[in-house]
Amino acid sequence: MAFIPDVILYSFVFLSVYVQVFLLITFLENNKKIVTRLDKIKLKKYPSVTIVVPCWNEEKTIYKTIRSLLALNYPKDKLQIFLIDDGSTDGTWSVLSRFEHYRNIKIFKKENGGKHTALNLGLLNCETEFIGCLDADSSVHPEALVRIMSYYERDPKAMAVVPSVTTADPKNIVQGAQKAEYHMGVYMKKMYDFLGAINVTPGPFTIFRKKVFNDLGPYRHAHNTEDMEIAYRMQVNDYKIIHCNDAYVTTNIPDTVKKLYKQRTRWIYGFINNTLDYKSVIFKKKYGNFALFTLPTGIVSVSAILYLFTRIVMSAGHFVYDKFIQIETIGFSISPNLGSFDPYFFNVKMSLMLIMLVYGGVLFAILFGRKMAGGKFRLSIDMIYFLIIFRLIAPLWILKAVWSTLRSRAPDWR
Amino acid sequence: MEKNMIDWKKYLLVFLITVGLFLTAAYISNYFGNKKVNQLKSIQDQIALNILSSETEFSLLSELSCKNLTETTLSTELDEFAGKLEWGQDNLGSTDEVSYLKKYYSLLQIKDYLLMKNISKRCGKKAAFILYFYTTIENCRECEKQSIALSSLKSTYPLLRVYSFDFSTDLSAIKALLKIYKIEDTKLPALIIDDDVLTGFRGVEELENRVKKSFDLQEAKTTEATNTKTN
Repeated sequence: MAFIPDVILYSFVFLSVYVQVFLLITFLENNKKIVTRLDKIKLKKYPSVTIVVPCWNEEKTIYKTIRSLLALNYPKDKLQIFLIDDGSTDGTWSVLSRFEHYRNIKIFKKENGGKHTALNLGLLNCETEFIGCLDADSSVHPEALVRIMSYYERDPKAMAVVPSVTTADPKNIVQGAQKAEYHMGVYMKKMYDFLGAINVTPGPFTIFRKKVFNDLGPYRHAHNTEDMEIAYRMQVNDYKIIHCNDAYVTTNIPDTVKKLYKQRTRWIYGFINNTLDYKSVIFKKKYGNFALFTLPTGIVSVSAILYLFTRIVMSAGHFVYDKFIQIETIGFSISPNLGSFDPYFFNVKMSLMLIMLVYGGVLFAILFGRKMAGGKFRLSIDMIYFLIIFRLIAPLWILKAVWSTLRSRAPDWR
Repeated sequence: MEKNMIDWKKYLLVFLITVGLFLTAAYISNYFGNKKVNQLKSIQDQIALNILSSETEFSLLSELSCKNLTETTLSTELDEFAGKLEWGQDNLGSTDEVSYLKKYYSLLQIKDYLLMKNISKRCGKKAAFILYFYTTIENCRECEKQSIALSSLKSTYPLLRVYSFDFSTDLSAIKALLKIYKIEDTKLPALIIDDDVLTGFRGVEELENRVKKSFDLQEAKTTEATNTKTN
């Protein structure tokens, strides 16, 4: 009877190993193209850029965000900043008002309508060739914009350039785990860039050619993940997205499991529903690696995590059942063999070896991502936190997102 | 990379590498699995040798004093083997080799049972025997409970010898045992203590009373035999 579950398990293991090998080969093919610039750079021409900062109840973080934009190493007359209060009920507006006198800052106030409506207001008022967004909980590295714009200078076909999103120094284990995950994200973004298959243009500081929106239309609600939907739309319409690995953006991350759970439920819900909206492109070769690799990889990851979680829960159930029977039969007792070890009982299972291999790939991704994000290529305790915490609780938000999808009920933003 | 230029060769190469990794993992896993099966075989051979040796020794010394009979550690060896065999079944899969070893193990248990019963009878050695029949074909909750109860009992009485038999083992010797004691698959778990057949789950307390009785019975018999000899 264990045949079918084993076939499913090994299918997932095979696909997971496939993904890791694919990424590793991509890395080996393109390793030398990854350049991290530490010094200041100059552009031949500085195109005008508008940065839209949508805010909804961000009084605690917005000041730092705006300050980081003002500190960007980019000509002030070429940088327009739109601060858009999307119907905040806290002191956000008064913080924004403090920047009213800056010549390159424009302040808008509107009724609350969601992040995509604030971004679209920015688009409507934008008169520059390039436009980007910066989430109000993030800050940019002074060289981020000029480095991003250098990619446009180099590649006229580029339609969007995404930065490397990292986190500030973690204050607890939950944040530590996320830091390692963001490092992995940097690596993944670069690999997807090499494959021409980036599937998210992150809210923190992706810079687009305004033409993208002129041609493809404004942002959509997109299940509260408008930054994912616009990337899907661009991929489907063959608009090139590239990754500038040395453009660093630091974002605030949840500091409690509860907040993390809410954020990730929204992300996964967005992934599931945007992928469902674009399901017709999956495995269509005309959409390239995005349809053949990125989307299937996401689907496999979500399904594999859910399946493994189900198996773990069932094993735990069996364990509890066995213990229950034991207690029912002989009462509480401690195994007399505790402490003795016979190498015979060390299980060299095929699935276990392959799962270790997948984890090896994940660890390499974190390590190299960390290096690309300006850190050192060495192990850290955050990686252990990530491997443990995310394996334990990620299935919960995936389950919740699947459940919400089935009930057609979108999770709250916060 | 242009969208319409998909690197099919890369997709194929990655597929082949993944298959290669799968085969390597399967080979390594199989290699260690075989090592474990060989380890089981060697323990089994050792047990077979010990039983044969004890049988021979017993035949040689039957007319002499029981004091000269070497104490064997067969019981612990059988227990260790049973534990490893069970683990092997759960983790290495029910391969032909593992089921063969299981049959062989059942046979060794029967031989040990007969030998120990003889030794115990003639030499008055303190021992109690339980034959235990269970099933693995269907979900037998009572069998699980019975196994736990017997393990607990064995840890309390090290001299107690419990011989476990899977009802479905295709072995004529086991079938003979089932016939002798008239055990049916609908009445599992079944225990045989002092030739009494007990079906259904029996708690530790009940078994403990029976085991104690079994010890007493043998002690009484031994005293009687000694008295007769003295007279």
